[in-house]
Amino acid sequence: MIVLAAGSYGLKVLGVTTLGSVVERRLGPLVSLLPAVLFSALIVVMTFETAGELVLDARVVGVGVGALAVWRKAPLLVVVLAAMTVTAGLRLLS
Amino acid sequence: MAGPPTENTDPTGNDAQRRRRRDCLVVSLAVGVIGVTFGVFAEAAGFDLPRIVVMSALVFTGASQFAAVGVLDDGGSGGAAVGSALLLATRNALYGPVVRKTLPDSTLPRLGAAHFVIDETTAMAVAQPDRRSAWDAFWFTGVTLWLCWNLGSLAGAALGAVLSTPETWGLDAAFPAIFVALLATHLRTPAGRVAAISAAAIALGAVPFTAAGVPILLAVAAVLPALYVRHRRPSDSEEPLGGESGAQP
Repeated sequence: MIVLAAGSYGLKVLGVTTLGSVVERRLGPLVSLLPAVLFSALIVVMTFETAGELVLDARVVGVGVGALAVWRKAPLLVVVLAAMTVTAGLRLLS
Repeated sequence: MAGPPTENTDPTGNDAQRRRRRDCLVVSLAVGVIGVTFGVFAEAAGFDLPRIVVMSALVFTGASQFAAVGVLDDGGSGGAAVGSALLLATRNALYGPVVRKTLPDSTLPRLGAAHFVIDETTAMAVAQPDRRSAWDAFWFTGVTLWLCWNLGSLAGAALGAVLSTPETWGLDAAFPAIFVALLATHLRTPAGRVAAISAAAIALGAVPFTAAGVPILLAVAAVLPALYVRHRRPSDSEEPLGGESGAQP
């Protein structure tokens, strides 16, 4: 566990120090695109992945409704509650 | 926070700050509930209370902690547990370049802040229109999220299976939805849209064939088509570092 704690902290530090400045100097234009890339990948993995497989379930519908709320410029709390309610509701029904 | 930043007029600044922190708190509280499920999960896998608490406080990377405990629970070796957890944690290193400008300049505070460089803090910081509010969002999310995550882990480990199935509550849909909200700002430019769509396609394609954590790392290749698009349409490169004005949340 000490290895894990040190390792995960080390990765974070690496990011804000060496890696950060190298990336910034060499690949400046890339940095502003990283959030779009990382968040988008994170979203599809969290929405479709279960135990290493792609799965379509109530969660997908819930996230879809959440995305709709984002598009309608709803506050974050509304987005989260909409996604959770729809997902939980669908599971209750099935 | 859609309008132009009017940080100098006091009421607007306070108002913006209150709204910003409220959104940060929503994220932290959701993470706190996941913390409870982590506590329950780790306790069920045979971790004792001190180990759970120390892990949540020091490792402080949710997905990695779940992975490590899961591997050990399935009878995997310590090395395998650490390996899969660190693979998931590697994306935190990629957040470094993104939030670097937001963090304090001097070494010691920066090394302290590094502990809090995770999905949620990066997302909340990058969603802000300027450096000052980005730092505010970063540390406020970082501190409240750390507290929620640790109190959650503690409660889960101590109380047991009250909330053992976050799926029942639809909580597994809460996090992708949060990141959809935080991604929205980055979809305003053609390059951002290309980056997001390519990354989603790469990650989806990689999930069945690679270990957990790898799809997100592979998705970084999506910057290439996006850079190409931006190169073709130079007007697009005006986009400021770390996203433009106020994410909608």
